[in-house]
Amino acid sequence: MIKKKKAKNNELMKQINFMKLIPLYFSISGAAMAIGIFSLIVWRVQPAIDFVGGSLVEVELQDQEGNTVNEGAIRSALFDKEIEANSIQPAGEKRWLIRSKMSENIDKYVQSALAEKFSRVEVTRFESIGPALGKELLSKTFFGITLSSLGILLYVAHRFGGGKYGVCAVLAMIHDSLVVLGAFSLLGHFHGAEIDALFVTALLTVLSFSVHDTIVVYDRIRENLRKFPQEKFEPLANRSVNETMKRSINNSLTIIIMLVILTLLGGATVKYFSLALLTGTITGTYSSPFVAVPLLVVWNRLEERNKKSKNRN
Amino acid sequence: MATIKHCWLKPQLCGYNHSIMRKQKLFGRLVAIVVISFLSLYISLPRRIPVNLAVGKWQLEKTFFLPGIGWKLGPLSFSRDLQIKQGLDLKGGTQIVLEAQVLDVPESERDSALESAKTVIARRIDLYGISESVVQTAKNGQTYRLIVELPGVTDVNEARALIGQTAKLEFWEMPQAETESQQSQAQPQPTDLTGQDLQKAAVEFDQTSGEPVVSLVFTDEGRDKFAEITKRNVGQRVGIYLDGTPLTVPVVQVPITDGRAIISGNMEVKEAKQLAISLNAGALPVGMTIVKETNIGATLGKESIEASIRAGLVGLLAVATFMIIVYRKLGILADIALVIYGLLTMAIYKLFPITLTLPGVAGFLLSIGMATDANILIFERLKEELARGLPLRAAVELGFGRAWDSIKDANVTTLLIAFILYNPFEWQFLNTSGMVRGFALTLTIGILISLFTGIVVSRTLIRIFYVNDQKEKSKKQ
Repeated sequence: MIKKKKAKNNELMKQINFMKLIPLYFSISGAAMAIGIFSLIVWRVQPAIDFVGGSLVEVELQDQEGNTVNEGAIRSALFDKEIEANSIQPAGEKRWLIRSKMSENIDKYVQSALAEKFSRVEVTRFESIGPALGKELLSKTFFGITLSSLGILLYVAHRFGGGKYGVCAVLAMIHDSLVVLGAFSLLGHFHGAEIDALFVTALLTVLSFSVHDTIVVYDRIRENLRKFPQEKFEPLANRSVNETMKRSINNSLTIIIMLVILTLLGGATVKYFSLALLTGTITGTYSSPFVAVPLLVVWNRLEERNKKSKNRN
Repeated sequence: MATIKHCWLKPQLCGYNHSIMRKQKLFGRLVAIVVISFLSLYISLPRRIPVNLAVGKWQLEKTFFLPGIGWKLGPLSFSRDLQIKQGLDLKGGTQIVLEAQVLDVPESERDSALESAKTVIARRIDLYGISESVVQTAKNGQTYRLIVELPGVTDVNEARALIGQTAKLEFWEMPQAETESQQSQAQPQPTDLTGQDLQKAAVEFDQTSGEPVVSLVFTDEGRDKFAEITKRNVGQRVGIYLDGTPLTVPVVQVPITDGRAIISGNMEVKEAKQLAISLNAGALPVGMTIVKETNIGATLGKESIEASIRAGLVGLLAVATFMIIVYRKLGILADIALVIYGLLTMAIYKLFPITLTLPGVAGFLLSIGMATDANILIFERLKEELARGLPLRAAVELGFGRAWDSIKDANVTTLLIAFILYNPFEWQFLNTSGMVRGFALTLTIGILISLFTGIVVSRTLIRIFYVNDQKEKSKKQ
């Protein structure tokens, strides 16, 4: 019995040398960020009416003979009544999202315009926001993001000081936000996903995850540094990653399971919100062992090289 | 060296104490957990439970109704119907945000103008009979807004019509019939005196009796009109109507020619205030423009609820299965803690009560995923300590102690973000959107409760059902 246990322990202690592949991790992250930045520069993001004002009408349509429901048919029906639609998107079975800059009584106009072409028209959701309100939300969101980032930075500084740990944790966090933003820029371009107040909420929540995941690994590194002051940094960091990996993956998996299900089954309103949280959780989990720790390792290598060259001099 | 915060951090010193850990205390905790769980279960259950059972010939078809809570203790009273409060996005309905055109209103009177507008709109909605409607004022710097929520009103046009117009204040002559033949002429008659002519209404106190009265000050034009009316109607009643319904029907005592009138009568201060606000509503018809409209159809709301429940159940099951697959027996204990977590959260939603919105539901589900985090941290630590060759009991205690520090840390940042998102002090420079706040609130509650279930519930369960059980096993061997 005891022997068996020991054997199991050895297995548990078996380690993977994660730090061997640092260039690979950096290339993956670099590529993800490059695509994201490219998309952000070229296509930017699709701001929702929350931020720019305008209106959104969700309608449920049924075909009429000779008039199947598709984007073109809807567009021409609206065009006949001089309703300017910015975008027309399918939203699940029979449902369509129509966005427009117009706002006064747009739901009425859309309904009557579509009623002429299709047999059944039901407005299932309608939202209209004045441009002034949008601007206000934009500035509020900006403050929210600034305040949150500042809070997180202060917390990181409190935990790790301004030194390499703090800087690397923040870099990992920036990496995560860039990946999520880039993903939504792409999604916006190809699928019409929009950046709304909820997306920002998701992004901030994700940042907090990302930091907390990084803190867990860094704490382990510092704990091991105290325990084994003789050990070299790189194997020690690797061991810390090994030790926390299972916990990190298992923990993220439960959150990911929830978010995948929420994205698939939670309904159209929270689909992109859940997806933003999901993307962020995945990159946040990835970034702790594969970005935050490698950054630290590389930082350490550079430090040592500097020391050596100084000694030589 | 790390300082010793908890005694379980050093099992070699006091581990022995733990091994004879007062069984009574542990048992007491278990009882408390069971009691809290059942209380939460009772609160969480729907208030209406239809039962349809058929076992052989025996049949039971009945709907059980569970009562809400209503306690009264002296001046303190606490009552809840224990229904989940659904936000507009779940229930279906309309939200309209109106902005008051305050530019031509003096700064000192803007607050009361907004208040008046709120009263008038609330009155209209009440007349219309929309239950659970909300009219809120939202002042933000130089903008004065009203947020009107109309659950169940799915026709935006109807809602617009309901609140679109400004209040109309009118004075009506109400001659009394002196003889039968005059009856037909004695109908109330509107006069040309309207809210436009009223400059201000305010609550004052009668100098002799000290009773609250409402004073009216008319404009110059209004003064002349009012003088005419009061001259004609000494001893008679003059009705003051707001939107066609009488607010008050005072008797004219003397002709009033200075444009200043007092409405007295047995009024409470509150009533007088209400009357003044209503009168001002007519007197200060603040223009209101619609700056935001949101309308959720009833079908969409219903679908959202169904989708949320489905996602919630599937998600909960998936997470529970995952925990059992990965952690076996410990996983079952974690799942029990998770169920207790769910019940507690639901009970708190109902007790506060918290209005659930779709993002709120997402926050709740997300927090379920996070609730298991505490358990996973503890279990992984436990495994590590066991791997290092520590005896089970010491490993459990050490695992909890070490994990607790990480758990605390892990949640600080999330709580911080949730705090900023929820914006509890209603800072004007931050978001006050209902959706975002709904998410932040359920996330915060979720984290706090998960700390409780993760630390207190799981630990007690593990101490009782895992540690003792494993001991017995090893004894047998």
